[in-house]
Amino acid sequence: MAKFQFDLVGPEKLLYSGMVDQVDVPGSEGDFGVLAGHAPLVAMLRPGIVTITENGAQVRAMVGGGFAEVGPNGLTLLADFAMPTDQVDGAVLAGQIKDLEEDVADAAEGAARDRAAHRLDQLRAVQAVLGR
Amino acid sequence: MASLKDMRVRIAATKATQKITKAMQMVAASKLRRAQAAAEAARPYAERMERVLSNIAGSVADINSAPRLLAGTGKDQVHLLVVCTAERGLCGAFNSSIVRLAREKINFLVGHGKTVKILCIGRKGADQLRRQYGSMILEVVELRVKTLGFDHAEKASEKIQYLYEKGEFDIATLFFSRFRSVVQQIPTALQIIPPVFEAAASESAPTISYEYEPDELDILTELLPRNIAVQLFRALLENAASEQGARMSAMDNATRNAGEMIRKQTITYNRTRQGMITKELIEIISGAEAL
Repeated sequence: MAKFQFDLVGPEKLLYSGMVDQVDVPGSEGDFGVLAGHAPLVAMLRPGIVTITENGAQVRAMVGGGFAEVGPNGLTLLADFAMPTDQVDGAVLAGQIKDLEEDVADAAEGAARDRAAHRLDQLRAVQAVLGR
Repeated sequence: MASLKDMRVRIAATKATQKITKAMQMVAASKLRRAQAAAEAARPYAERMERVLSNIAGSVADINSAPRLLAGTGKDQVHLLVVCTAERGLCGAFNSSIVRLAREKINFLVGHGKTVKILCIGRKGADQLRRQYGSMILEVVELRVKTLGFDHAEKASEKIQYLYEKGEFDIATLFFSRFRSVVQQIPTALQIIPPVFEAAASESAPTISYEYEPDELDILTELLPRNIAVQLFRALLENAASEQGARMSAMDNATRNAGEMIRKQTITYNRTRQGMITKELIEIISGAEAL
């Protein structure tokens, strides 16, 4: 299977860089898979799980929003926050969800509340996938 | 002439100073390693961010419909200078060289009839600029933190964007020190609003036509504020590494100078002591002869 270059970059460091078979990306408009030879694309990310397939083995990482760029040199994910799933602290995630729940409860009707609610749904989805 | 006791006290004092500078040098060296690693780890993100952004910016057909953060206000009357310096001194010419660069820019702009506003990040730069340009300083942000996180840069960048939204300035320039090596830090000025893409436009002239999901404008409105935070974060990290590098070499010099001083003072001390012994001996001998 053809491989392509994949980089997962967080603001503080480079998390993953290498040749991979396939990457499944949580895009803001829906999940999409990237294979070698994908058309050039710039997409926004939502908080979710990135699945990296390399030689049949799968590596998963959590991202907290950001951008994906598919170019001639491969795929680059610029994540606001990125971490391998096995390092994600369930308690921290639960704490964030709790904060957001409070935000949603406190916020008046309007855009701010919708945003918080939206983000809450996304984080809940992540929590469900991780099973913690 | 100083008495022997005074000289002994003096030597002891110099030795104490040397111990302090030596300790500071070693602390700076270990902090430098961490700061340097952090600065280098953050480079890929900032570089790729810039590349993606310049690609998108290049493909925006109508510059006037682009967000104001990209297109600018169309004027260049009011300049905001974001001067990033250290919180602490004793690091050689680190702070002064950044301030000098900023000062040159201020004088240039003022000479051309522009209005200048200053946002200081770091206390030391503010102290130096306040004397001459106190009325231009909008705010001083102090960063008294152990480890610099992305959220610090985000907060500062929100402040800058808030000012921009209010129409407080037209062009923002970032001043910081780029870390080249322990002995070489380069004071740098970087324009962040509106962003300038060096050579990107000409180099990738036949730009790849990207697909956007969601559309270009949505992405740009998300990406541009992030870019400011990222560039600021990068500047702060580079600054942190530069500061430690500068402090390390400054303290190394100071330690060496103190050693030199101790050597000279010890020689003078020994000479004086010998002179006094000789004088006493002569007094005793001539006293004995007189009998």
